[in-house]
Amino acid sequence: MAQQKPLRRLLVVWLATLSMMLALFTPGSRVHAQTPLSGAPAWDAVKQGDQAGIANADFITKYDSTLKGDDGKVINDVAPEISGGDTAWMLVATALVLLMTPGLALFYAGMARAKNVLNVLMQSFIAMSIVTVVWVVIGYSLAFAPGNSAVGGTDFAMLSKVGQTTFTWNGTKMAIPHQVFMCFQMMFAVITPALISGAIVERMKFGVYCVFIALWSLMVYSPMAHMVWGPGGFLFKKGALDFAGGTVIHMTSGFSALVLAMLLGKRRLSSHDDTRPHNLPMTLIGTGILWFGWFGFNGGSAGASGGLAGSAFMVTHVAAAVAGLVWCFIEWVFVKKPTALGFASGAVAGLVAITPASGFVTATSAIIIGAVVPFLSYGAIQLKNKLQKYDDTLDVFAVHGIGGTWGAIATGIFADKAVNSLVPDDRGALMSAQLMSIGLAIAFGVVGTLVIGLALKVIFKGLAVSGNDEEIGLDLTQHDEVGYVQNGGAEATGFGGGLSGSQGAPALSPETAR
Amino acid sequence: MSQLIKIEAVIRPQRIDEVKAALDEIGVTGMTVTEVRGTGKQKGYTQHYRGAEYTVNLIQKLKIEIVADETDVEKIVSAIATSARTGEIGDGKIFTIPVLDAIRIRTDERGSEAV
Repeated sequence: MAQQKPLRRLLVVWLATLSMMLALFTPGSRVHAQTPLSGAPAWDAVKQGDQAGIANADFITKYDSTLKGDDGKVINDVAPEISGGDTAWMLVATALVLLMTPGLALFYAGMARAKNVLNVLMQSFIAMSIVTVVWVVIGYSLAFAPGNSAVGGTDFAMLSKVGQTTFTWNGTKMAIPHQVFMCFQMMFAVITPALISGAIVERMKFGVYCVFIALWSLMVYSPMAHMVWGPGGFLFKKGALDFAGGTVIHMTSGFSALVLAMLLGKRRLSSHDDTRPHNLPMTLIGTGILWFGWFGFNGGSAGASGGLAGSAFMVTHVAAAVAGLVWCFIEWVFVKKPTALGFASGAVAGLVAITPASGFVTATSAIIIGAVVPFLSYGAIQLKNKLQKYDDTLDVFAVHGIGGTWGAIATGIFADKAVNSLVPDDRGALMSAQLMSIGLAIAFGVVGTLVIGLALKVIFKGLAVSGNDEEIGLDLTQHDEVGYVQNGGAEATGFGGGLSGSQGAPALSPETAR
Repeated sequence: MSQLIKIEAVIRPQRIDEVKAALDEIGVTGMTVTEVRGTGKQKGYTQHYRGAEYTVNLIQKLKIEIVADETDVEKIVSAIATSARTGEIGDGKIFTIPVLDAIRIRTDERGSEAV
């Protein structure tokens, strides 16, 4: 009997997953049947040109016949050929951005206490699953399908019309397959809610967290991405510049992190609790992976290989290097010694700050952007320590919220037409567009998180685990496992025998440990 | 049967190599070493994490345990004391405790024969 029960449960889970898969992929496969593998059938219509600007939904994301080139011809009439070079770079960049999420997991987990290490890791890793599903089903559509100025439509739901052919993105002919672009954007969507997790580690119920990031991705991220990058997006039309997501990603997540940390409440610590980071080498490995992945994040945001991608790559590296160094200097002055955690924090803050500016500024500007951000983020952390009003545990607000805000302002200050022809001549108009996007990102992050957070708080009777569970640690209470087995495992007796448990239950069940 | 004595020495972790060499010189090869934390006259020290200050006052030490015949104890104690000493506060302490018996598990030997 004891053997059957878990098996039956497993079967139920399998069936549920299977039926979910079927439900999800039936419409998808229909779309694939309609969409030819090569762009051939659409090609003839495209070559002839379509003055309405609607040549083929497969490669047009913007149904806009008013966009005309210098020669007065509608830009959206002919699809570009796929560029092998661009596509190769974008595929690599996509993989690089994906790697940032495990990097972030390590970055955060090293700063947590040993008893919560797996939970913190999982808060990032699970985003790779949850947000991917949300993104494929409707998230990408709400962000990038033609819609109104605030949110996209449902044209790309289940990735319908997202094909292997090229497409036009906001008037720019992209020489990469639409699917590659969608995947690249998906990795951004994945990491953004994971960023928030740093503010709420060591105390949030895991299940509630999972629901939160799914809803947040849909209700905050997708509309925000649409407004800045999507066809007809409000901020895009205003001329706001955000190369790789300073407002969309870092500001929304940073401000959401602050709000969620407040909704959740502080960790229940006594003044004697040792809350030092349990494994800073892990945090530094994570920093290295983030830095590496960020080349894809910013360099890939050029949407193509070439000069602009190279320029973004360069300034990304410069800003991170300078910011890590400056943070060390600040610590040298204020706490006498430069710390490894300080270097890691500085580097990440520098990467955050350069993100919106990366495709618009010179290396000199990158040095300034990188040099300023540690002062702001470090200051915000000291203020948090002094106020003791909220427990933004791993300082997501200080690094991403404040760093992202500085990046968005810096983009307005330093954007250079010589780097990117998109930079407008009217500096005042650009600056006001930047400030508007900052305001909107804050408003969206704050209101969205408040609404979702409060709703979940009511539905799930609280967001935080019990004080007792918090004290025992979230690895054991949320996942029934531990990150580090002491004494080579001699603390537990009994051989679990895998899923069936037929070899006898472990002597040290989590229940007895509690 | 002569009396067996346990020597418990708490030392600075960074002196362990010198202490082991000194014990090796006088022919002592059997010992148990554990990582321990403790507090005594040595003040703690502060660490900074993103500017937040933590005072660490349970300081890491190593504890060496050696069980020996009482005739060897003075020799061992002075070897440990000399090799572990830096002269600064925090060098540690040595305790000696009488032991009732010692048994070698492999052979059932007892007393001095077993240590």
